[in-house]
Amino acid sequence: MKKYFLLSVVLALSFVVAQPLSAAGPPQTGGQLPEFKFPMPSDRADRSYLGLSGWESTFRIPEIKARVVIVEILSMYCPFCQKEAPMVNQLYDAIEKDPRAKGKVKILGIGAGNSAYEVDVFRKKYNVPFPVVPDPEYAAHTLYGEVRTPYFIAVKINENGTHEVIYSKLGSFGDIPAFLEALKKPAGL
Amino acid sequence: MPKKAALLIVVVMLTLSVPAWAQTHSEAYKDNIYQTGILKPTDSALKVKVGDPAPDFTLVSVSGGKVTLSQYRGKKNVVLSFVPAAWTPVCSDQWPGYNIVKDLFDRNDAKLLGITVDNIPTLFAWTNQMGKLWFPVLSDFYPHGKVAATYGVLRSDGTSERALFVIDKRGIIRYIDVHDINKRPPLEVLIRELEKLK
Repeated sequence: MKKYFLLSVVLALSFVVAQPLSAAGPPQTGGQLPEFKFPMPSDRADRSYLGLSGWESTFRIPEIKARVVIVEILSMYCPFCQKEAPMVNQLYDAIEKDPRAKGKVKILGIGAGNSAYEVDVFRKKYNVPFPVVPDPEYAAHTLYGEVRTPYFIAVKINENGTHEVIYSKLGSFGDIPAFLEALKKPAGL
Repeated sequence: MPKKAALLIVVVMLTLSVPAWAQTHSEAYKDNIYQTGILKPTDSALKVKVGDPAPDFTLVSVSGGKVTLSQYRGKKNVVLSFVPAAWTPVCSDQWPGYNIVKDLFDRNDAKLLGITVDNIPTLFAWTNQMGKLWFPVLSDFYPHGKVAATYGVLRSDGTSERALFVIDKRGIIRYIDVHDINKRPPLEVLIRELEKLK
């Protein structure tokens, strides 16, 4: 009987550990991102953009080869994300045209509640040039505080592998040059 | 006693370990979405099955005029998308997703009809938040939920199920998904079913 008791407790504990726990709120400026492993993009160009090795099946955002990663939490089903998509593409273009930002500031989309198919539909519909990873069961979205969408988080990645959230806000990031400058400054770009 | 205690601990921990119900809410709706909480996944009994002729109906459209299902017979495949209610979490982001994939419906020669049991003014206000929808949104408000009841997707609280019916050009039901009301049906499953009609 005692054996079953212990086994039950161990099983329950392991189930708890395996589940992503809900965060109290979105990542805060000055804080860190919750630990989460995203599926490695299957597209070689996406992996190359993020500077990730195709040998791994998952990746963490601080592993992205960049000084700043702009994370957009979006959904194919969200009207404001659809409306915002051209603006985010313009931000991508602005980064790629800026010699101080190109290769150092990257964008990653997280498709909250979206399957790989749905993420692909969104990317094709809006010609999204940056990678968008699916989050079909809302696992990352839950950890990131169940934010409304689109939600933008910018993360500074330090050379020693540590990271810091430098921007965390719901909705449009506004003026692109001003937004980009505000991210480059703390990253020393 | 240890067995009972073990059972209690397992139940408590499993309850604690279930992640908070997560749905994205587009900023388009701000704080106007009514939080329903987790509902009974399904709460009705289907009255039609795959292979049956789809019961005909005529409903008023939020954009004006009436839509009759049989007007598409011999011309278009039809997808009926019943969603439970306006201004509720999952429903509010299901149709905006369909709104950007008109090409996928066109490619499969399919017409989409959105249906809820809400009245027209409510549907007008709600769908305005989604942007301009390319498909008709129909009101099954009066007699309340008559079409939903005919198909067997009217829930006991007067809302409808989150249900998809794929009807071919002959008017025959080819696919039914009475989905867990708390979850959105994956788009790829619906598109795959439409592709089977070719």
